[in-house]
Amino acid sequence: MLRFVVRRLLQAVPTLLVLSILLFAWLRSLPGGPATAMLGDKATPAKIAQLNQVLGLDQPIYLQYLRFLRRVLTGDFGNSLVSGDPVVEEIGRAFPATIELSVVALIIAVGLGIPLGYLAARYRGRMLDNVTVVGTLVGVAVPVFFLGYLLKYVFANTLGWFPPSGRQAVDIDATHVTGFFVLDGMMTGEWDAAWDALVHLVLPGLALATIPLAVIVRITRASVLDVVNEDYVRTANAKGLAPGTIRGRHVLRNALLPVSTTIGLQTGLLLAGAVLTEKVFNWGGLGSLLAEGIDRKDYPRLQALILLAAFVYVVVNLLVDISYAIIDPRVRVR
Amino acid sequence: MTSLLNIRRRRVDELAETAEGGTSLTVDALRRMARNPVAIIGAVIVAVFVLLALFAPWIAPEDPYTPFQVLKDQLRADSIPGPQPGFPLGSDEFGRDFLSRLIVGAQQSLVVGVMATLIGLAVGMVIGGLAGALGGWVDTLLMRLTDIMLSVPSLLLAISIAALARHPSQWTVIIAVAMVSVPIFARLLRGSMLAQRASDHVLAATALGVRRRTIVFRHMLPNSVGPVIVQATLTLATSIIDAAALSFLGLGDPDPARAEWGLMLGNAQRYLDVRPELAFYPAVAIIVVALGFTLLGESMREALDPKNRR
Amino acid sequence: MVHTRTARWRRLAVIGVTAAVALSLSACAQSQRGAGGSGNVGGTMVFGVAGAPKNFDPIFNDDGESFRPIRQMYETLVTYKPGTADLAPGLAKSWESTPDGKTWTFHLQQGVKFHDGTPFNAAAVCFNFDRWFNMKGAAAQSQMIYYGDVFEGFAHNEGDTTGQPLYKSCEAKDDGTAVINLNKYKGALPAAFGLTSLSISSPDALKKYDADKVTQSGDSFEYSSYATEHPTGTGPFKFGGFDKANGTITLVRNDDYWGQKAKLDKVIFKIIPDENARKQELRSGTIDGYDYPSPADYKSLKDDGFNVAVRPAFNILYLGINQKNNPALRDLRVRQAIAYALDRDSLVRNKLPEGATVATQFMPKAVAGYADDVQQYPHDVNKAKQLLAEAGASNLTLQFYYPTEVTRPYMPNPQEIATVLAESLKEAGINVQLVPRPWNGGYKDDVQKAGKQDLHLLGWTGDYNDAGNFVGTFFGREKAEFGFNDPSLFAEIAAADGTVDPAQHAAAYQQVSRDLMSRYLPAIPISNSPPAFVVNKKIHGLVPSPLTDERWGPVSKD
Repeated sequence: MLRFVVRRLLQAVPTLLVLSILLFAWLRSLPGGPATAMLGDKATPAKIAQLNQVLGLDQPIYLQYLRFLRRVLTGDFGNSLVSGDPVVEEIGRAFPATIELSVVALIIAVGLGIPLGYLAARYRGRMLDNVTVVGTLVGVAVPVFFLGYLLKYVFANTLGWFPPSGRQAVDIDATHVTGFFVLDGMMTGEWDAAWDALVHLVLPGLALATIPLAVIVRITRASVLDVVNEDYVRTANAKGLAPGTIRGRHVLRNALLPVSTTIGLQTGLLLAGAVLTEKVFNWGGLGSLLAEGIDRKDYPRLQALILLAAFVYVVVNLLVDISYAIIDPRVRVR
Repeated sequence: MTSLLNIRRRRVDELAETAEGGTSLTVDALRRMARNPVAIIGAVIVAVFVLLALFAPWIAPEDPYTPFQVLKDQLRADSIPGPQPGFPLGSDEFGRDFLSRLIVGAQQSLVVGVMATLIGLAVGMVIGGLAGALGGWVDTLLMRLTDIMLSVPSLLLAISIAALARHPSQWTVIIAVAMVSVPIFARLLRGSMLAQRASDHVLAATALGVRRRTIVFRHMLPNSVGPVIVQATLTLATSIIDAAALSFLGLGDPDPARAEWGLMLGNAQRYLDVRPELAFYPAVAIIVVALGFTLLGESMREALDPKNRR
Repeated sequence: MVHTRTARWRRLAVIGVTAAVALSLSACAQSQRGAGGSGNVGGTMVFGVAGAPKNFDPIFNDDGESFRPIRQMYETLVTYKPGTADLAPGLAKSWESTPDGKTWTFHLQQGVKFHDGTPFNAAAVCFNFDRWFNMKGAAAQSQMIYYGDVFEGFAHNEGDTTGQPLYKSCEAKDDGTAVINLNKYKGALPAAFGLTSLSISSPDALKKYDADKVTQSGDSFEYSSYATEHPTGTGPFKFGGFDKANGTITLVRNDDYWGQKAKLDKVIFKIIPDENARKQELRSGTIDGYDYPSPADYKSLKDDGFNVAVRPAFNILYLGINQKNNPALRDLRVRQAIAYALDRDSLVRNKLPEGATVATQFMPKAVAGYADDVQQYPHDVNKAKQLLAEAGASNLTLQFYYPTEVTRPYMPNPQEIATVLAESLKEAGINVQLVPRPWNGGYKDDVQKAGKQDLHLLGWTGDYNDAGNFVGTFFGREKAEFGFNDPSLFAEIAAADGTVDPAQHAAAYQQVSRDLMSRYLPAIPISNSPPAFVVNKKIHGLVPSPLTDERWGPVSKD
């Protein structure tokens, strides 16, 4: 088992290395660059040249890369050009925000998706099924940001039920222990802060949930339909078991296996959707960080975010593989 | 091979296997589709959109590119003239006829969607075709590459490409969106070729001593057309949505003269308060068209699916 | 919060939230007497801003987002009358210079204390000037943009800084008199003494927190804890904290302020990068106002009962002409034809915010050096065509560069402005190829360093009221941006800048303005457009400043 893990980790190293070289070379070849971004409006070409020299950006690119690599290995991705903070620190701050939002979106997607998918399968071909199926297709066709604006317009601006954006009202003076605002409020006993953070989560959570929701409904429906036709279900039916028992013990339980894999798969989709949702709702997470980095051409930040995404992906893949290896020993041999 | 990819791969692979049957089954599938109301709705939306796009210059009541003095007289930084005689949907942010731009926008959106799909298809076909036809280590290497691309969330991939573009233009948008579909088409084509390699007509041709190139181009590729069309239809929908998302993030085409829905939606962000219609109509147009292509594609997929052949 | 000399119970109490509440409560009681004038005392104002400050050490900053909080915590020797760019006493009650403009004497306010309780005096002023002049390290020097602009060099220039320092020495004559000696006169003075970057810090705090330490880390810099956690000035507000997770900068009232004490207990600057999000937060009442509303929203914000406060325009947008690449542009008639072709009235009416005006010359009206009688170029397509024909340039094709992904007070919507201008050039028969470039992704490199363009959009917001800050910056020397070398123009501007007597200084620059518009026309002034901020009806006393130098001291909230 350990050998399997080590081997898989070692396989990831060259991938990340090549990615980092490509990314570095490309970012350095782009016009603009740190000095221009850092100095802002009043910079003259002479001042930019001076700053480039201070920053060592006039050296050969391979030397710059080696310096960059050395720093990255010590966990230093440089400082953001926008905020001046270490990029790692920025990401650390934004990470809980995105996770918090993603978890809520996932809860909404799973909580609504599985029952809907199951009901659609159970009443296959009827009104409920058709509406659900078309609904999932519409859900995928509506751009996330458009839905975000729509939700905001209706529930925040017109009805005023929910706050339009942000993670917590400014006038709440909450202590942030973990960076997960709801959890923080509960841990410190600041219940109003926790509640406020929760209320802020509703609209962006809904917007972000649509696409995973559509996918989960579809998979649940398909997988329930598959299972219903399996032999053991037919056998159970033939044996005359109570329909409720069949549904609960045989159909739903077996149908949920592929669904759970899909839910794991949604993490990637959620991250992508978060870029758009966070921009609409001014949510201080990774997505906002990325969007702002793109806008301001904050290369150190973009570099770190893209490498981080690749790294997380490798690790998540590895974890899934390990869990598969535990469930199914045959995988280890391959 | 990583397990997380499995679902995205399986979807493509299942589609690829439908290539096995040859042309007669595609006709059969069409007949099945004609009975499906969802397919008909999708087909009607797509047909209307394509006709609108093709004949846009003749349908548009006014010149979509030149500002009108009447509208410019009412145009201010914080107010955009609304519907009035001669201009049923009012003005855009430059005093041009909004209705005409929406109509011509169908053309440009189709161009972006089709170009992105075609590029994705072409590159994917080369990769998938090479892998499927040559096999061996070429296959392993190319498929490894597509797996990596497939494992990155599609929008993130498009955003990264567009954000790193040196000179943003309509082409960077098209290419960014196209790259997302490359691995899908590659895997699809390779899968359908592998499925056919074992099929009777290919085995027969090989036995008769037909050259490999002829087999690939005369037999295998034409038979892959069905699944490719299905995938291309679905890709068109996602391409149009992804292009709109890039525009929303400010990564779109920077030429304000061009009338394209994603771009119009992106540029209208500033005027959400002043005239929300400027964002609303293009957004609805995008949703309807994307939905049309999705409905059509999904019902084609269902029709081609061997499980449904009765 | 730093209180080196406050009572011991207070220092003990500064733990956690409860303590902060207790502090502000006791602060309330005290300030009831201190704060005169109208308006309520107390309360918190939340103001939405677009970006995070770099840090809080005035000398290492050059952008508006950092200056906004810094201006509330710090003061300068000279300041500006609220709502104008005219000079007013700041930490100095009065000042005078010798006729050669090389020696400046400042008579300081008495009884002023820094936030750490140490006294402000002439020694503190000299400490600050000496600190800037003697700053070590290429990293630190490269970040002192405004110091570099005004004083040109350091005691020891590091890196590529090669300028000869303007600054010579500073003497503290007595507690209340500081004398600054310069090597030569500069037209920017004394207005430049009011630059926010040249705010006076507490010498004790500077030393205690090792303020001069700027370390390079990879592609960027790290600043000392003075700049990030302990900024210590004399202003009406003190630093309360910068919560990065929540994106808020908190300032609290300075109860020991020497002048009119602040009315608000707290000012919170909330960072909301998205323009639409700022607007929605204001509508939902979670913020009391925000900076730089989009001109597109002025009307709807006013309709909803908000106060859109338009600042007097103190900027200029110009259409730059680069004479290097296309020889036709070296002909004055061609440049004049471009000027006649532009329909600037339409642009201002259709696309720029209310209060914007067509610019007739390269500085706004409030600047000494503005001339009423410059040559005018009204919109005249026929005249443009005729001039082009005379110059043999009827078939002109020009590369028109414009920036994307940016808004600036002088160009709220560059893409739209470029589109409108290109449209009117086409009407005059000039072929225009629009070339968009991202602002931070190479626009300024292409335009100012490489000079790839024929035409381009750029502008400037004045730092202080001096003509040299405008025309000197643009045309004072040879630049790739404009691609011409005209020693007679450079000499004319240098002579105007070196004129000490205010009246003659203004007259010399007026002549520069006239010559620029008739003889040289190296670019075409387009417009002056006022930036704005918006607040709800509960907020009073935030006076819009042409220099975007708003002060929160007099602000009150119902």
